[in-house]
Amino acid sequence: MSIKVVLPTALARHTDGQKAFTSDAKNLPGLIAEFGEKFPALAENVKDENGKLRKFINVYVNDEDIRFLGGDGLEFADGDEIMLIPSIAGGLL
Amino acid sequence: MSESSCTVYELKCPECKKGFGNVPLSACPDCLAPLEVQYDLDSVRGRFTKESVAAGPANIWRYKELLPIPEGHQPDLPVGFTPLVKADRLGKRIGATNLYVKNDAVCFPTLSFKDRVVAVALANAQHFGFDVVGCSSTGNLANSVAAQSTRLGLRACILVPSDLEPAKILNTQVYGAKLVRIEGNYDHVNRLCTLIADEYKWGFVNVNLRPYYAEGSKTVGYEIAEQLGWRLPDNIVCPMAGGSLIRKIKKAFAELVALGIVEDKPVKFFGAQATGCSPISHSVKNGWDDIEPQRPNTIARSLAIGNPADGPAASKMIQSTGGYAEDVSDVEIVSGIQELAETEGIFTETAGGVTTAVTAKLYADGRIGKDELTVSVITGNGLKTTDPLVGKFAEERAVKPRLAEFDAFLRESDASLITGVAEEEVELVGGTK
Ligand SMILES: [Zn+2]
Repeated sequence: MSIKVVLPTALARHTDGQKAFTSDAKNLPGLIAEFGEKFPALAENVKDENGKLRKFINVYVNDEDIRFLGGDGLEFADGDEIMLIPSIAGGLL
Repeated sequence: MSESSCTVYELKCPECKKGFGNVPLSACPDCLAPLEVQYDLDSVRGRFTKESVAAGPANIWRYKELLPIPEGHQPDLPVGFTPLVKADRLGKRIGATNLYVKNDAVCFPTLSFKDRVVAVALANAQHFGFDVVGCSSTGNLANSVAAQSTRLGLRACILVPSDLEPAKILNTQVYGAKLVRIEGNYDHVNRLCTLIADEYKWGFVNVNLRPYYAEGSKTVGYEIAEQLGWRLPDNIVCPMAGGSLIRKIKKAFAELVALGIVEDKPVKFFGAQATGCSPISHSVKNGWDDIEPQRPNTIARSLAIGNPADGPAASKMIQSTGGYAEDVSDVEIVSGIQELAETEGIFTETAGGVTTAVTAKLYADGRIGKDELTVSVITGNGLKTTDPLVGKFAEERAVKPRLAEFDAFLRESDASLITGVAEEEVELVGGTK
């Protein structure tokens, strides 16, 4: 089983320019852990102090926000496309 | 892409505090936090005064010292400075004695508050050298980008949810903008635009130009303060879609206080949403500092953003001011539209129905005191969303052009009007006029 991971340009700085790659992570925590092995710089960048994905990053599984699908509890299926996108939220100033 | 030499303002990361100068960029390249425009207020001090504002044009450019406008940009479109209306008739109906309506239903040129943000965004788009500008929109933003880009000689490509109100689609296409209908809701459209902005060299007003765009909302706050005689209200009731406007009104007030233009005082902020899409009001009611995304289902499509970008920040801000957020049903929204039109002669779109109905509810529930100075922010014109009102008014029979026929008709349909005429006659006969 494998999934496709798609990254925005801003994050591809930490993957030697790769904007897409395959992974065999089974869920989101697994994927983040895998970042740590494959792309330490990326892992450093997308995680907050608790080791969770930063709140400014939205995760889509195929076309759906992962929060509608069970979030961390969602088991990825073979062929899923996982997309990380910075949320275009306003900040805290 | 040229970089502005302006030092009065620059993009700043609210998380890691890095500054980025002035570039078309929405998120911090390091921590991905959304960037915001920060001003060096000390360098504005002395240049932004009550007198300098009063000497400016009767539109948002009177506040240009506090807007992120590139040096040398000559503002052309007279946008904003909309009426602040003392709403005594509406107030009487809902139990308010000191209620104002900020009426952006008449904001030139496309009749919504989005004209403000687009004016600021496109000034920057031009400055950064974009040939094509774009946006994702629930309608009003599309109308405004289409109109103003034409005026500035920029081409526009606009993406909207496919089920948008027909008038809003037409009001975009008429300016010659390329309109692409996307199968999905606003959140789907927005995600696609993020990807397009990442791929194409376009200036997306609500993606890579977003920090500048959002600052345009502050002008609603400046105008309210100025129109109240340079003082702040007790309460603001503001519709929330992405949650940006309500925060920017607060930022405007804070800047005026920091510059010594208005006296500091606590202002409570109240957010208004449709129950069918109420992630921010849901968050406030639960005392959360985050939001849970929703799948929108409401007639208030301009507020139908299930995953609001500024939602968490708006929720936190509202709670920190001691305000509240409320939401209303589609039936209440239509009543709100009618109530504002019948009492104040302001025809607002569904979002204004939301705000009016929420305002009434806040008074009824005692969350706003009867005599407090309250401003209800109306953001768009009803002519664009007439669909929810279709069938709301009886279609009466046509009357023959004869006085007797007309008289008979009035007696059967609304006899109270005839009493008025009779009294007028008596007064004239008695020679009292
Ligand atoms: Zn940062």
